[in-house]
Amino acid sequence: MSAPDGIPIRLERAGKTFDDGTRALEPTDLTIEAGETLVFLGPSGCGKTTTLRIVAGLDQPDAGGRVWFGSDDVTEVPIERRNVGMVFQSYALFPNMSVADNVAYGLKVRRVDEAERRGRVAQMLEMMHITELAHRRIDQLSGGQRQRVALARAIAPRPRVLLLDEPLTALDAKLRETLRVEIDRLLRSLAITTVYVTHDQAEAMALGDRIAVMQKGRIAQIGTPREIYQRPSSAFVAGFIGAMNHVSVRADNGYLIGSGTRIPWHGSAPGGQIMFRPEDVSIHDGSVSPAVMEGRILSAFFLGDHTRLSVDLGAGDPITVRTEARCSFAAGDAVRLSLPAERILWPEA
Amino acid sequence: MGGRERLLLLALMAPAAIVFAAFFLLPLARLFVIGGTGPTGWSAYLAIVTDARYFRSLVSTVLLSASVTAATLVISGIAGVFLERNRFRGRALVTAMLTLPLAFPGVVIGFMVIMLAGRQGLIPEITDALFNERLVFAYSMAGLFMGYVYFSIPRTILTVMASAEKLDPRLEEAARSLGARPWRVVADVIVPGLKPAFISAGAICFATAMGAFGTAFTLATRINVLPMVIYTEFTLQANLVMASALSFVLGAITWAALALARSFAGSSVAAAG
Ligand SMILES: Nc1ncnc2c1ncn2[C@@H]1O[C@H](COP(=O)(O)OP(=O)(O)OP(=O)(O)O)[C@@H](O)[C@H]1O
Ligand SMILES: [Mg+2]
Repeated sequence: MSAPDGIPIRLERAGKTFDDGTRALEPTDLTIEAGETLVFLGPSGCGKTTTLRIVAGLDQPDAGGRVWFGSDDVTEVPIERRNVGMVFQSYALFPNMSVADNVAYGLKVRRVDEAERRGRVAQMLEMMHITELAHRRIDQLSGGQRQRVALARAIAPRPRVLLLDEPLTALDAKLRETLRVEIDRLLRSLAITTVYVTHDQAEAMALGDRIAVMQKGRIAQIGTPREIYQRPSSAFVAGFIGAMNHVSVRADNGYLIGSGTRIPWHGSAPGGQIMFRPEDVSIHDGSVSPAVMEGRILSAFFLGDHTRLSVDLGAGDPITVRTEARCSFAAGDAVRLSLPAERILWPEA
Repeated sequence: MGGRERLLLLALMAPAAIVFAAFFLLPLARLFVIGGTGPTGWSAYLAIVTDARYFRSLVSTVLLSASVTAATLVISGIAGVFLERNRFRGRALVTAMLTLPLAFPGVVIGFMVIMLAGRQGLIPEITDALFNERLVFAYSMAGLFMGYVYFSIPRTILTVMASAEKLDPRLEEAARSLGARPWRVVADVIVPGLKPAFISAGAICFATAMGAFGTAFTLATRINVLPMVIYTEFTLQANLVMASALSFVLGAITWAALALARSFAGSSVAAAG
């Protein structure tokens, strides 16, 4: 493929208010590095598509907002002159053209000559493993095949930026997994600046160099998947990526005290709730440091390499414990847990 | 399908079959036979192509209908998509006005053409004031063309609007993202998307123009469209044979155009996702 030729994208106080008064995006500053894959992750209606459409040039930011591609201010430039590739959840393939004609479309519009066009289309089809479908009509393709065609069509003209809006959402779980791996390989090999929208955290973790978690029209947190997972800035972010336990506590004389909970604590206690990941709690092994939580097992699921426990601490929501301990657990058993102090998180929001 | 169901189906089809036979098949067959019972026998049909008067009328009717269809599709295509895409004050009123001619018989349309382009009409007044020459075209093919386009627009525009509503805006966005300028989007996405509507509306438009009589009759008995010729042969010349032969051919051409359109529409519908 071509050399890495991604460009950085910058949003400057870009917000979006629709005609009916809906504030879909608060004024936002954001830089997407050249060649980076940034994933917008968030629940339905949080403004992911709106942000993507502003980057694409399908929508204009509200007055005062600016969009930069490298050193070009493209705020007023319509999508057809931005040189972006786009992939939609609904595929949006041209029904009146064959697979090959769909893939060739961007090249044809750009007046790439016939011979080169054919070569490039063949290359794209091969890359997406759909060479044998070249002359099919679109309505003769499966969902996965359609999305492959859509990807091939988007990257064939070698865009500066690739934009994908929930490209895998319409597919079944197994196919989603396969295509996710393929898209990952594709994005690594292209090294093109990519914005990827999804509400699936596994997809976001797998594909994103960085993830921007969105909430109600603003970016709640942006960072690498590791940062977001290990240091979520709020309960919202924590809840969106991976599973998270929440326990109400109060600081009391060098301890955090809650229902079934007694944790030695000497730092400040910035809130009334602590959070921790299911894999950070473990079954107390009887060693010197005392157990910090005690409860009763509500359910235990043996999943081969680990067991998933739901533990009732007496009050509040049950917590989830992921343990690799090789003993058997039964509902109703009492259980004692330990939790390293450094794994305790305090949600700020 | 069981025998009982088949029987039931036949019973349900019976009324349609009876009407079809009584009001269509039988008269048509009779028309066809009468066409061949003149002093010259079956060569009455031949006369349609050999007799210059009939042939010219046949050709000009087909040409008129084809150009009316083309003009109507262009006008309604643009207006229909525009009306479907834009929400503005007075939109409902514009739509209602554009579809008004549906309520008028051909005679009224003829009057309107005369008002506009007849001897005392508006257009001659204007051209008189501007160029000192009265442009009168109501009583010619041009007047007929105008009238036919006018009454063909409503049906076509409604069909186009219904079809434009179903166009997937993502397709247009996809084309634009690939670099297509607006006119390319129209040519590559909108027109193909509206093709089934264009074909079905165009077929009806063509058929209606082929058979329309009231407007032509109002404008002038001199205009040589096929329905006028049939009327003249039948009432003035009492040439029942020729009138029958012409009628049959008129029907056959129109039917063929509709069938052709249907087969096109069928294949294009199948091709659409
Ligand atoms: N054209 C529009 N007019 C008015 N409001 C809109 C329009 N498009 C989107 N919105 C609103 O803006 C908000 C953000 O929408 P957006 O499509 O960006 O959400 P999203 O994060 O992509 O959600 P989803 O995951 O469901 O696709 C929503 O409240 C939505 O209802
Ligand atoms: Mg969306």
